[in-house]
Amino acid sequence: MKETGKPIRVLIAKPGLDGHDRGAKVLTLGLRDEGMEVIYTGIRQTPESIVEAAVQEDVDVVGLSCLSGAHNYHFPKVVELLREKGMNQALVIGGGIIPQEDIPSLKEKGIKGIFGSGTPIKDIANFIRENVER
Amino acid sequence: MYDKDELDRIKRMQKDWEATTLKQELEKNGEWKPEFKTLSGIPVKRVYTPLDLVERGWNYTEKLGFPGQYPMTRGRSPTMYRGSIWPMWIYGGFGTAEDANKRYKFLIEQGTQEIAVALDLPTQIGYDSDNPLCRGEVGRIGVAIDSLADVEAAFDGIPLEDILIFTTANAIGPIFYALFTTMGEHRGIPVEKMHLNIQNEILKEYVARGTYIFPPKPSVKFSVDLVEYVCRNNLSDNVYPYWFCGYHMKEAGATTVQEMAFTMADAVAYLDELVSRGVDINTFHDPEVNLATSIDFFEAICEFRAFRRWWAKVMKERYNATNPQTLGVYFRGGSHSSNYTAQQPLNNIVRGALSVLAQALAGEQTINTGAMDEALGIPTEESHQLVLRTQQIVAYESGIINTVDPLAGSYFVEALTDELEERATELFNKVQETGGAVAAIESGFMQSQILESAYQFLKQVESGGRIVVGINRFQVKEPTTVKIMKVDETVEERQINKLNKLRKGRDNDKVRTTLKELKGAAIEGVNLVAPCMAAVKAYATIGEMCDVLREVWGEYKPKGLW
Repeated sequence: MKETGKPIRVLIAKPGLDGHDRGAKVLTLGLRDEGMEVIYTGIRQTPESIVEAAVQEDVDVVGLSCLSGAHNYHFPKVVELLREKGMNQALVIGGGIIPQEDIPSLKEKGIKGIFGSGTPIKDIANFIRENVER
Repeated sequence: MYDKDELDRIKRMQKDWEATTLKQELEKNGEWKPEFKTLSGIPVKRVYTPLDLVERGWNYTEKLGFPGQYPMTRGRSPTMYRGSIWPMWIYGGFGTAEDANKRYKFLIEQGTQEIAVALDLPTQIGYDSDNPLCRGEVGRIGVAIDSLADVEAAFDGIPLEDILIFTTANAIGPIFYALFTTMGEHRGIPVEKMHLNIQNEILKEYVARGTYIFPPKPSVKFSVDLVEYVCRNNLSDNVYPYWFCGYHMKEAGATTVQEMAFTMADAVAYLDELVSRGVDINTFHDPEVNLATSIDFFEAICEFRAFRRWWAKVMKERYNATNPQTLGVYFRGGSHSSNYTAQQPLNNIVRGALSVLAQALAGEQTINTGAMDEALGIPTEESHQLVLRTQQIVAYESGIINTVDPLAGSYFVEALTDELEERATELFNKVQETGGAVAAIESGFMQSQILESAYQFLKQVESGGRIVVGINRFQVKEPTTVKIMKVDETVEERQINKLNKLRKGRDNDKVRTTLKELKGAAIEGVNLVAPCMAAVKAYATIGEMCDVLREVWGEYKPKGLW
């Protein structure tokens, strides 16, 4: 973390058709309580619409949530599009129902942290603070 | 129930006990928490006595009565599990129709009598599998169904007369009715010999789960079309056109009271529309209600008992229902899977067993519990088998099936049952006063209430105020090694190939004509079951049918960023 004082800006997004967003919503509230500025996209976003929102809102972090099993498609696609838009510095993290064995390849593709259900909000907030580039 | 002298004696005895035995214990050892509450936050007293019921004006004949009779508190059937053990069902399906067919055959061999067809998200949301929005989602959380051809493949070789088929079609209830009945017809089995159950409960999708397509008002209309069709065609004893669902709201964080109140509000929205079409409420049989079984054992049991009594009362007082089949809720149980943890997943077997026991003690009509690996992915065959075995042990070994409503008369159970009914009625009335379920969804009232509860729960867990084994207490370090079911990565490609073949092989003129007729009927506002049947028979795809309806009704867009 380079700069202090200005709050970290986070976009929480639900890529794909999955509508289970309890986790995404409580994380949004939780990170706000941790002092971050958090925007939630709502459900049924495409990787394109998520990246557009990330650019427009000039966020430092993109948090992706998916419980339908489509993470292997959506998460790397978001990273790829962020790079295309020159947002290489944005920290991308993910959560939902992500099998252990998928985690190494997601990390290789630029999703820096994967947080399954039951992860304390504080752990996610600390990970963001330690890894965000601004 | 008690004469005045006995009540006076109880009062005196309690005072004496408080001043001596209890006082000494509290002074010496105290209690390990300052207050004890249910999961929903309802305070629970140390000890309950007949005085708690007398204070509420409780009496046996009005509050309980006998099973199978108003107010149905003790059960919808006079013999309950002495008549027959509940049917055991499992929610499943993945991949293509051919993949799902194999799992269904396996489950039937293992003793299930109901096939709950889990649909993938593209199907539920009315997109064909080759729609670019569906990348990565085809065949994932359920089976991919594009047309009648897929339904026929999913049930190939499965005896249709012996099982109940259920599915989670909510935005597209009438379309799935058409798909299942046409499949039967092609095999020479009329709908009267099948047992069908369509969830068809779109309102809760706006509140939680999110598989909506159209705005709420036309969606309610489309959903009620199926119910009207079933009632008018005397199909109510073998086609169940609803599950009124609180389950998904509780999964999203609703408390027990919110779940009860919002489920009733949604149900009333559909049934108001049904009776406004001149349908006799007494022709609507076996109202299925699906509430999540709370991990709080007694709150779960009392919720079902309270809802059963409350339902009977609403049907009688609001709609003048007299038919016991309409007055008695048909409970379709379900565990509360968000209590399952990804950490130490074997612990979920125990949570599942507790939920089965609660559902049976509450007198549910069919019982389900989640597989232990649900928090990790699609359940394996082995864990599905374990779910059935759990139910079979409770049903055949535990002996709890011997008598109807075994917990009735417990001072605590009856007091909590009353309390839940009162609290739920109060919140339900609040929804009704502000315009009913549709208005409460459009304004975001239900959603924000549930989110508030979800966040409060999270804070309780994170502060340690609520213990969740394996999450905030009794954690272990080592990574878990549960076998995970993997969906074959070729599913999407295989499904799209099938779809392309279908589009080439069918009579496309007939498809166009039936779709045009469906659109015309939607514009006219008439019942859409018949035009859906015609389109299904022409092998129109679900995506094509939903597209013409989107043209007429538009699409639901929730408010944007927040």
